[in-house]
Amino acid sequence: MTAIPALAVEDLSVEFRTRSGVVKVLEHVGFSVDKGETVALVGESGSGKSVTAFAVMGILDAAGKVTSGRAMFGGSDLLALSERDLAEQRGRELSMIFQNPRTALNPIRRVGRQIADVLVRHGGATRNDAPQAAIAMLKKVRIPDPERRAEAYPFELSGGMCQRIMIAIALACRPALLIADEPTTGLDVTTQAVIMDLIGELAGESGMATIFITHDLALAAEYCDRIVVMHAGHIVEAAPGRALFDHARHPYSAKLLAATPGETVSLEALASIPGGLPDLRRPDLPPCRYSGRCERRTEACDQPLPQRIVGDHHVVACWNPL
Amino acid sequence: MLNLLLSRLATAIPSIVGVVVVTFMLTRLLPGDPAAYFAGLAASPQAIAEIRTKLGLDKSLPEQFVAYVGDLLQGNLGNSLSTGQPVVTEIATRLPASAELTLFALIVAVGIAIPLGVLAAVKQGTWVDHLCRIVTTAGVSLPVFFTGLLLAYVFYYLLQWAPAPTGRLDIFLSPPPDITGFYLIDSLLSGNLETFWSALRQLALPAISMAIFSLAPLARMTRGSMLAVLGSDFIRTARASGLSPRTVVFTYAFRNAVLPVITTLGMVFSFLLGANVLVETVFAWPGIGLYAVNALITSDYAPVQGFVLTMAVLYVTLNLTIDFVYGLVDPRVRLES
Amino acid sequence: MMLPLLRHARYVLSENPVTGLAFGLFALFMVAALFGPLLAPYDPLQSNAAMALKPPSAAHWFGTDQLGRDIFSRVLVATRLDLTIAFASVILAFMLGALSGVAAGYFGGWTDQIVGRLADTIMAFPLFVLAMGIVAALGNEVINIVIATAIINFPLYARVARAEANVRREAGFVEAARLSGNGETRVLLGHILPNIMPIMMVQMSLTMGYAILNAAGLSFIGLGVRPPDAEWGIMVAEGANFIQSGEWWIALFPGAALMLAVFCFNLLGDGLRDIIDPRMRT
Ligand SMILES: Nc1ncnc2c1ncn2[C@@H]1O[C@H](COP(=O)(O)OP(=O)(O)O)[C@@H](O)[C@H]1O
Ligand code: SF4
Ligand SMILES: [Mg+2]
Repeated sequence: MTAIPALAVEDLSVEFRTRSGVVKVLEHVGFSVDKGETVALVGESGSGKSVTAFAVMGILDAAGKVTSGRAMFGGSDLLALSERDLAEQRGRELSMIFQNPRTALNPIRRVGRQIADVLVRHGGATRNDAPQAAIAMLKKVRIPDPERRAEAYPFELSGGMCQRIMIAIALACRPALLIADEPTTGLDVTTQAVIMDLIGELAGESGMATIFITHDLALAAEYCDRIVVMHAGHIVEAAPGRALFDHARHPYSAKLLAATPGETVSLEALASIPGGLPDLRRPDLPPCRYSGRCERRTEACDQPLPQRIVGDHHVVACWNPL
Repeated sequence: MLNLLLSRLATAIPSIVGVVVVTFMLTRLLPGDPAAYFAGLAASPQAIAEIRTKLGLDKSLPEQFVAYVGDLLQGNLGNSLSTGQPVVTEIATRLPASAELTLFALIVAVGIAIPLGVLAAVKQGTWVDHLCRIVTTAGVSLPVFFTGLLLAYVFYYLLQWAPAPTGRLDIFLSPPPDITGFYLIDSLLSGNLETFWSALRQLALPAISMAIFSLAPLARMTRGSMLAVLGSDFIRTARASGLSPRTVVFTYAFRNAVLPVITTLGMVFSFLLGANVLVETVFAWPGIGLYAVNALITSDYAPVQGFVLTMAVLYVTLNLTIDFVYGLVDPRVRLES
Repeated sequence: MMLPLLRHARYVLSENPVTGLAFGLFALFMVAALFGPLLAPYDPLQSNAAMALKPPSAAHWFGTDQLGRDIFSRVLVATRLDLTIAFASVILAFMLGALSGVAAGYFGGWTDQIVGRLADTIMAFPLFVLAMGIVAALGNEVINIVIATAIINFPLYARVARAEANVRREAGFVEAARLSGNGETRVLLGHILPNIMPIMMVQMSLTMGYAILNAAGLSFIGLGVRPPDAEWGIMVAEGANFIQSGEWWIALFPGAALMLAVFCFNLLGDGLRDIIDPRMRT
């Protein structure tokens, strides 16, 4: 494997200031994505997947603050770039698509124009040929009758169609990295597969790196080279998909997998893991944020967590891995 | 588009019917003998009896209502006691003065409130935001007639920047030729800059008083709506696509945020049309508000009724227009109808 | 229920000291309304030609008017009348609006239709103009200002009450009350109405300021209150004649009192809303 990282996140910590105190939403998060590789970021809802993506993109809410870390991308640290320089990169070098495509598009702007806006902004087209370029993008994401659809407003299109438009916006300037945050949640199963295939195919064509955020382990296993498991703002395990399925080493990953037989592990299963996510506002959070729910917990677990390499590209953050 | 217009028109019909019924009822609510009231304080018994038959007050209520609606359809609002003139013509000649004042005040209010609201939302928690909060709370708390008096005292009596707070034009100037009835426009059309300047100076203080009063709901709504839109998913998409802050705030956020503000205009007009009466009184502005107040003082009832009806019909029409414009601006409404 | 609410109130007050200021002002106005006549240094109706149109001085803090009456005393004494008109109209609007709104939301059907149409018809008028028409028709009396102000505020109350009752119609406690053999009217008055009281309280304090403005506006144009009664709106109207000759104090002090009172109730309304219904915060 030629491993040239497209994005390398190191030691990323993020805090949110809220009315009821400071929430340490991410702590020492690190992972990388190689060129052409697809990595899944998996974890139950609220584990910090979206915040990780927003931090990398530099689009955190005003209340959120990056307190440490680097995100190396194309030779520069995204977290250290000025807002101006980062905005230059966004939409051109690194793109993102979101959950709920229908609300993620401007409701009163024709979809063709929304694609054109991005093209014009990043010099992908001049104002004059942007409409044609937008239609070409619609064709590329296989929207039937693209000339007519370019004139449509999001509310006139189905959820699946809207997600294709989102993909067209994200990929319009041929980015080197795509972050897809639960792109298929809320779509029906057939559409899910179509969208995933489309992303995979377009990524493969251009050698783009992809981070695929999901809470659906089966989907992650099917479409991704590696899986990174998040829990309560920590990365607890990272492994090639097969290795994780064959032998998950972190108690949390194991629970995730064991909760349902076969490869259809999903959100519902997560609910059957005892306990919930810890309250991240507590000042005395234990080093291992899973310890409150963990059956393998020992004295050692009160020490700062180790990063144990347990196999080829297989890392686990646990004192007593399986 | 025609569909949209028709559907909006249909919603206005019950309002118009309601307005007509209520104004009819108001004339029958008069304590004591309505005929005596309409005949005026000094009327003889014969005069009162005459008025009674003339107004049809001796007939049954349904008959009276039919007669009332018939009169309205013919544009008959009765005659003013003090001048003997038909109320309709008196209101029609004074309407442009009120309309010019109200619209100018609206333009001033919108011109201040929307930028203020947008800035307060974009710079949430900064001094602009606090300023916005103070201006909006203080704005609705200021009685508009009091603001008018304060402005007149400061800018006319103390500073002498403004002309005497009486009327639409300097007394030594003659009004511009009557084209639209708006002095500002007519004076420009006839190329008379001196008249224009004088009209503008006369208009400034009353319009600003009204604007201060009606600014608050606009600024509040703009701020709130802008905040809501800035926090929405599609703004995150726009930022994630690297669109410039300008495009994000103006092309993406503002155009969406302005839609609820358009609907607030209805409430703003209710404020403005009410404030109009008080401000015209303070500045001796020869519009329909002052006309009604003068009629009230002399217990001249027909002009007051005519005024209430005119204002209500105007207000319904304005709301209709606002609804229609909203439908044109928002594709979700435009394409659905 | 009470304790968390108090704690929340303390939190809101510490977050927003302006609300504290509003409570202070409110207390001041209440004292003026209750004890105004006792506290007034002069008889508010006593004219004194020799002392006419005197600017503020140590003897007459707010100066004297064209009849030589002490403006400070008049402003102070007027508090009771202005606040009474506003309170009375708000309470009347609340009673009319809450009852019909709750009935509309609870029963639906034609009750709902009628109340809705009534509210829509009132809202079809510019509200101050309608109030003018009503007072003109009912007669130039203070009580008619109260009625007119209540009528134009009615739709607001009816709508809020209707929406709240509609939501609560299917709520568990209502179901329980119905099952334990309570008649519809009992359920409505005994169970639904008390539950929408907090939100109606917010509504009342939010409309107080508007009611004061509306009543003062009516008396400013000569409706309702008649001279020589002390009332802020009519006092400003009297002072208006002297603005052009520079006697500012006649209009300024009653106008300022009016403004402060409205400001106080507006702030109070916002504050109360934060305390009772944190969801509605903007
Ligand atoms: N704007 C915010 N303010 C406060 N806390 C937030 C904010 N956004 C996210 N969080 C917190 O961050 C944690 C992770 O959220 P998120 O990244 O959205 O989870 P997910 O893994 O479901 O995408 C959650 O506990 C959430 O409460
Ligand atoms: S570190 Fe300890 S508590 Fe945490 S997951 Fe491993 S065994 Fe469990
Ligand atoms: Mg998420």
